[in-house]
This record gives sequence, C-alpha cells and structure tokens, in this order.
Amino acid sequence: MTFSLFLAVLALSGLSYWLGSRQAAAFRANGGRLHSLPSYHGTYLALLSGLPAIFMLLVWISFEEALIRQFVIAGLPDPFGQLHAGELALLMTDVRNMAAGAVPLDVSRPHIIAAVDHYNRLKLISDVMSWVVVLAIGAAGLLLARRKLAPNFRARNSVERIFDVILICSSTLAILTTIGIVLSLVFEALRFFARVHPFDFLFGLTWSPQTAIRAEQVGASGAFGAVPLIVGTLLISVIAMLVAVPVGLMAAIYMSEFMQARVRAVVKPVIEILAGIPTVVYGFFAALTVAPLVRDLGEALGLAVASQSALAAGVVMGIMIIPFVSSLSDDVISAVPQSLREGSYGLGATQAETIRLVLLPAALPGIVASVILAFSRALGETMIVVMAAGLAANLTINPLDAVTTVTVHIAALLVGDQEFDSAKTLSAFGLGLLLFVVTLGLNIIALRVVKKYREQYE
Amino acid sequence: MSNSAEHVFPLRSPQHTAGSSAAAATLPLEPPGAAIVDDQALAPSRHTTTEAETRLRRRYAAQRRFKAYGILAIAIAVASLVWLLVTLLANGITAFQQTYLRLDVTLDPALVDPRGDRSEASIRDGDFGAVVREALRSRFPDVEGRGPLRSLFGLLSEGAQFDVRDKVLADPSLIGTRQKMWVLASTDVDMLRKGFFERTADGGGGGRLNAQQVAWYDALEASGDLELRFNRRFFTNADSREPEMVGILGGVVGSFLTLAVCLVLCFPFGVAAAVYLEEFAPKNWFTDLIEVNINNLAAVPSIIFGLLGLAVFLNFFGMPRSAPLVGGIVLALMSLPTIIIASRAALRAVPPSVREAAYGVGASKMQVVLHHVLPLSMPGMMTGSIIAMAQALGETAPLLMIGMVAFIVGIPQGLTDSATVLPVQIFMWADNPERGFVEKTSAAIIVLLAFLLTMNALAIFLRKRFERRW
Repeated sequence: MTFSLFLAVLALSGLSYWLGSRQAAAFRANGGRLHSLPSYHGTYLALLSGLPAIFMLLVWISFEEALIRQFVIAGLPDPFGQLHAGELALLMTDVRNMAAGAVPLDVSRPHIIAAVDHYNRLKLISDVMSWVVVLAIGAAGLLLARRKLAPNFRARNSVERIFDVILICSSTLAILTTIGIVLSLVFEALRFFARVHPFDFLFGLTWSPQTAIRAEQVGASGAFGAVPLIVGTLLISVIAMLVAVPVGLMAAIYMSEFMQARVRAVVKPVIEILAGIPTVVYGFFAALTVAPLVRDLGEALGLAVASQSALAAGVVMGIMIIPFVSSLSDDVISAVPQSLREGSYGLGATQAETIRLVLLPAALPGIVASVILAFSRALGETMIVVMAAGLAANLTINPLDAVTTVTVHIAALLVGDQEFDSAKTLSAFGLGLLLFVVTLGLNIIALRVVKKYREQYE
Repeated sequence: MSNSAEHVFPLRSPQHTAGSSAAAATLPLEPPGAAIVDDQALAPSRHTTTEAETRLRRRYAAQRRFKAYGILAIAIAVASLVWLLVTLLANGITAFQQTYLRLDVTLDPALVDPRGDRSEASIRDGDFGAVVREALRSRFPDVEGRGPLRSLFGLLSEGAQFDVRDKVLADPSLIGTRQKMWVLASTDVDMLRKGFFERTADGGGGGRLNAQQVAWYDALEASGDLELRFNRRFFTNADSREPEMVGILGGVVGSFLTLAVCLVLCFPFGVAAAVYLEEFAPKNWFTDLIEVNINNLAAVPSIIFGLLGLAVFLNFFGMPRSAPLVGGIVLALMSLPTIIIASRAALRAVPPSVREAAYGVGASKMQVVLHHVLPLSMPGMMTGSIIAMAQALGETAPLLMIGMVAFIVGIPQGLTDSATVLPVQIFMWADNPERGFVEKTSAAIIVLLAFLLTMNALAIFLRKRFERRW
C-alpha cells in the first residue's frame, strides 16, 4: 500500500519533469531566450512536486500506527480502556495480528472483535486519506511551481539551491543520530533512575534484576548495583588488551620496520582479516574451542576454572582487537619521518635501539590513542561475551572465574519479552547510557591525546 | 687485532638486511681520526676492546631478540586466524552432507492419498510418517514392543516423511507402488556416521544412541542402505528445531532484505553528506560539529545503535519487531560514518585541476560536483560502501535488540515480515546444546565468511579496475 503510493509519487514527479521540460522547450520554440536549460525547468517541477509529497508520506507512516492505536484504545469498552500499559500493549498486539490475518480471529472475546473491526476501519480510512493527502500535496507543488516557469526563470539556480538544502540535511543526519541516541538513552535511563537511585546503581555491589521484580512489590530495589558488571567488563577488556597490545604493537613494528614490502603486502591484509570476521564467529569460537581448552589447561595445572571463564572470552576478544592496534600503530610509526631514523643510525644505533629510543617515543601519542580506541572497542563488544562469558554477576578479578559484562546484560535484559515499565527492562538503558558515556569519553580522550602531544614535523 | 675483531663482528649494521632501510650508511671501517693519531694506532681503540665487543654482541643479540618478538607477534596473529578457520572448517564442512537411509517404501493409497483423487491437497493430507515408519519396520521385521519400536523409529528424522511426500507430489503415479527411496536419518545417526559420536563400551553411540540402534545402524550401513548425500535442505530451508532439517535460506534472505534497506538508505545520504562536507561546507562551528559527530558515531558500540532502534523505531514510531525494515534502518545509521569517511577520501582524491577545468568552461559549482567530481569518485565510494555493507552483514548485537532473534520457520517475503539474519541465526544455533547444531553453526559461519570474502574481493576488484592515478 505504502509502497504503491511511493511509486505513485515517483510517477507524479516523473510527469512533472516531462511537463516542465516540455513547457521550457515550448518557450524556446516560440522564440524566447531561456535562462536555464529545459531539463532544469523539468527538475525544478519534479523536485517541488515530489519532495513535499514524500515528506508527507514519511510523516504519515511515522504517526499512522500510533494514532490508530490511540483511537482503538479510546474506542475500547469501559473495563478494557483502563488497563495498564503492559496489558494494553499485549491486547493491541493481538488486535494487530488478527487484523493482519496472522492470527485467527478470537471469537471468544467480543471486545477484541470490535477492536479488530475498528482497527480495520481506521486503517482503511488512513490508507485512502494518505493517497488523497499525499497526491494532493504533490499536485499542489506541481501547480505552484508551474506558475513560475517563464523563459527568464532562473531554474538552474533554484534547483541548485534545493540540492544544497538536500545536501545539508543529509549531513545533519549524523547529528540527528547522535541526538537520537542521547535522547533515547537519557529518557529511558531517567525512568530507570526514578526507580533506582543513581548512587545505588553506580556503587551497588550486587546485580540481580530477576529478584528485584519480586522485591519491588514490597518497595525495595537494591539489586541494581552495576559494580560487578563494570568490574567484569574491565577484567575481560584488560585481558583482551594484554593480548592485543603486545602482539599488535610488535606486529606493527616488525611490519613497518623490518619486513620487505612484498611480504608486507601479503601479511598486512591477512592480519586485517581478523578485524573483518564477524564477532558472532569469535563468540562461537570462544565458546566451542577456547573456553574448553582454557578449562582443560587449568585443570591440568590443578586450578579451578569456570567453564565460561573471563580468560577465554578475553583472549578471543584480544585476538579480534589485534588488527585495530596493529593498523593504527603501523600508520603512526610509518608517519615518523625518515630523517629521525637516519639520524639515529648515523649515531650508530641498531635498528632495535632506534625503534625503542627514537621511533616509539615519537609515535607514542598515536600509539596511546590507538590503544585507547581499542580499549573502548573492547568495552562495547557484545557478541563474544554474550556467547562466552555468561550471565553470572560475580564480583571478582580472578580471570579463571566466570564474570559478566555490561553489554551481556543489556542484551540479556532486552532480548525476548519486555515490559517497558519495569525497572528490570529499563535498567538496560541505564547500562547503555553508562557504556555510551564511557566509550564517548575514551574516544574524546584519544583525540585529545593525539592533538595535544602529536609531534609536528612539517 | 682490530682485523680479527672485524672478522667476528662484521661492522655492518643489521638494517642492511631489511629492504626498507637499504639506504642506511655503512658504518666506517676505520675511525676517521685513526690516520691523524698515528702514534696511537697500536693502542686499543675504545671500539675494539673486549668490553666493546661484548657490548656490541649484546646489542646485536638485543636486535635479534627484538626481531624475534616481532616475528612471534605476527606468527601469533596469523596462527590465531588459521586456528579459527581450521576449527570452523573441521566442524562445519561435514554439514554440507547429510545421512540418508534407503528404504523400501510401500506407498499405500489409503495412507498417502486419503481422498483417493490424487490431488495435491489430498496428498498433502496423507500420513507419510506412517508410510516411512512401516518401511523401516519391514526392514527390521523382528522388532517387537513399544520400546524397541520407538528406538527403531529414532533412526528416522521428522523430515523423512517429507522426502517421500515430495517425491509423491512430483509424481502421483507412484501411489500404490513400492519404491526404493532415500529418506532423512535422525541427527544422532548422522553424528555417528560423521564420526562426531564415539561408540561407547556398551555398544551405544555418543550417549544418545543405544546398543540396539547402533546395531541397526551397522546393518543398514553394511547393506549400503545408509550413506552421506548432498544436504540440499541446508540451502533451501529456514530454521528448524531439528538440526538435520535446518537451513540457512531464511537467514540469507533476511540478511539480503536488511542489507538492501541499509544500502538504499545509507548510500545516498552518506554520499550527499560527504559531498557537502568536502565540497560545499564553509568552515564554521556547525560543520565542525558535524565532523565531530561523524567521528564519534564511528566509535559508538554497535549495541547502542540497537538501543536506539528499540527506543525510537519500535517504541516511539511503533514499527514492527523483527522486521528487516527496522534492521536495515539501524544498520544504515551504523554504517553511515563509514560510508561518509570513505566517500570523502574518494572526493579528496579527485585532483583540483578537474574542478578548475570545469569552472573554466563555465560550469556552476553544483555542475562541477555533479557532472565531474562525483562520477570520478564513484568507484571509490562504491568500494567504501561495499566494505561498509560487509561490516553490516556481520553485525549481530543491534539486531538482537530489535527482536530479530526469533525462531522463524518461514522464509521472509517482505520488508515488514518477521525475519532473522544470518549472523543472528548463527547466534541462535550456537546457543543450542545438541551436537548436530555445532556442525550446522560452523557451516553457516562458513557460508557467512564466504559472502564476506566475496564482497571484499568485489571491493578490491572495483578498486583495481577503476582506480585512477592522476
């Protein structure tokens, strides 16, 4: 329905283009001197008829469902209209499914049948209205624009101004996304913090959202302490960095300073494949191969290792992060000017000494920045830990124990059925806000480090 | 004396062996001052004493150690990759074949064609389960009693009846005849055939098959009635509860729809944003803000985009859960920074002379960009977009948030149908403890990696084919 309307709008636009360019050609045939080529007249008409119509269509799609929902709920008979939000949502899902024919009509509940009827009627009205309104707007745009057409009309300039606006709007999409993220996180997190004090959330030592639902009924909400999750996240990320930083850094140094260009052209992409492998694959690998291996090794050494140990998840995450460290470090090491190397060789230093005493200090800000970025990546990584770290919120720094992370719990809380007015579901947004703020902070610090301490050689 | 020292330590710096610094100067063989201080020539130079030699030896050893660390690091990285790929291949390659049993199936008209009119509807109502069970029972006629019979039928998959039904649907004239047919075996039989189950001391297999079942298995295998055949289902089915019946088509179609939405949204917007920032934007606080935003968005964890999708698109706009449409929008927002950054690099690579020539013949600013700069930078933008799409294809976490993690047996038909995507399918299968799913998960990963490899190869091909040196 919507799609055919979209096609209709496109067709109207095409028609407008044809009308516009034909009229401009007619001006020219009548001996007028055109300011702009006929195609610009056509494009002007097409844009003015198509853009407002498509904008209207988008607005319609965005609000149609919510409005219909309001009307259907308002039309429900008395006892059902006053249900609380969760039950209403369930009821509306039923109504929608039955209206779509996905679920057979439930004849045992008369109010549902009435609601489905109401829904279908509203939907029909909405569909017809959307065609009328959208096409009317398109036609109005076409007629208004057509009145402006004249031999000396500056169609090209107008079209270019419209393009300019389109380009600016596209580039503000990044800002809109950020605003969307911030608003959605902050609003839901505020609802969470209305139930759980931020202090308890940030400094509480136990995390057990499951029991809180029962406890909440008697007014307690003390089980949302995020410290075990934060410590678990840090533990796994630190293990990952302990793997990734030495390996990535040494690999970068060797590739940029010792390796022949021909070999490097093969090895560098091979290492970068590690960054292209989807994280779900790493998660499967960690759970299937690495975790049992770590456990068996630990048991052979007489250590008690949890079957979902932090070590396994951390090591696999470290492998994933190697190319982030190595690529970024490689770039900054290569950017150190050749004259510094040659000066050092001239003083009789070996290559290793040159690297340790000259190149690394010169490249340090960039390397630190790349490590910070890699760390922020490790903090936000989800699939590996979901699959290999489990849900046990233990407060420990023993890498052989099972720990859990912030991302694991965001995923666990929001996958499956949700109730949007329980502290349990909302806590995911609290965790999300925490994660967003920390990774954003790390990113800003990394940029600052580069800006502030970068050696200017030019 | 100094000669012998040189013999042991050729005073050439080791960087000569490396290609990158072949230009480094040779250390002088003799200090320049040696000729002048002639009378001290015999006195040991501080560069030739034994301490100096040991020092030099130590420094060269440090150099060798340093290089060894580098090689070790690269070896660790490459070995991890090889380990990962080998593990997946070893676990997954067998999933492209599946164990089938050959049975003498009697297609009793009363069972397979209950209405007796040979119509498709009638055949679809037929009890092919009973037909297959009867066929297996006639193969082992001396099995009696409920327990042993249940064990016997445990060799068959739920899907065995569909193998027979599909044959009959394709050729209704088979009804009433007796045919040799290959039907799907259960996952436990399959695991035993592929060697993932070990035979236990009591004659059973893998803890799932009892001794009797293994004996039947051996009998079937000995008579050639049990073999591995190409697993067509894996490419034509969607999800299933039975590991021998699962397929990736549902996930592949879901991924395709999601990526299509993602590409349609983020390519035009990404290119437009890049064009504005690179060609038109004045240098002011607003464009600075946009740039900072793009860089920060590139570093936001993907799961946060999932939260955005959940809060804004599902809860606020009331879009359907599990739909490729929403998945595509979320992935588009996530890929946008990648595409913008790649497109800007492509625009920057177009030399100013092209722009100036266009201005010179009287083009407007917009004409310069749209007619000249944009077409020339298109290959670079497409390469960047393909790489961004490859990233989006592997993305899982944000799609979990918007409910694409549902058990869906059907293949999605449209953008608002419930669907899942390939990586999420992998995630769901990986969660399943049954041994048969390990194999199928690995195989799905192999397919996913093959897609990624193809996309990246395409990007490299485009870059090589259309790359222009100015």
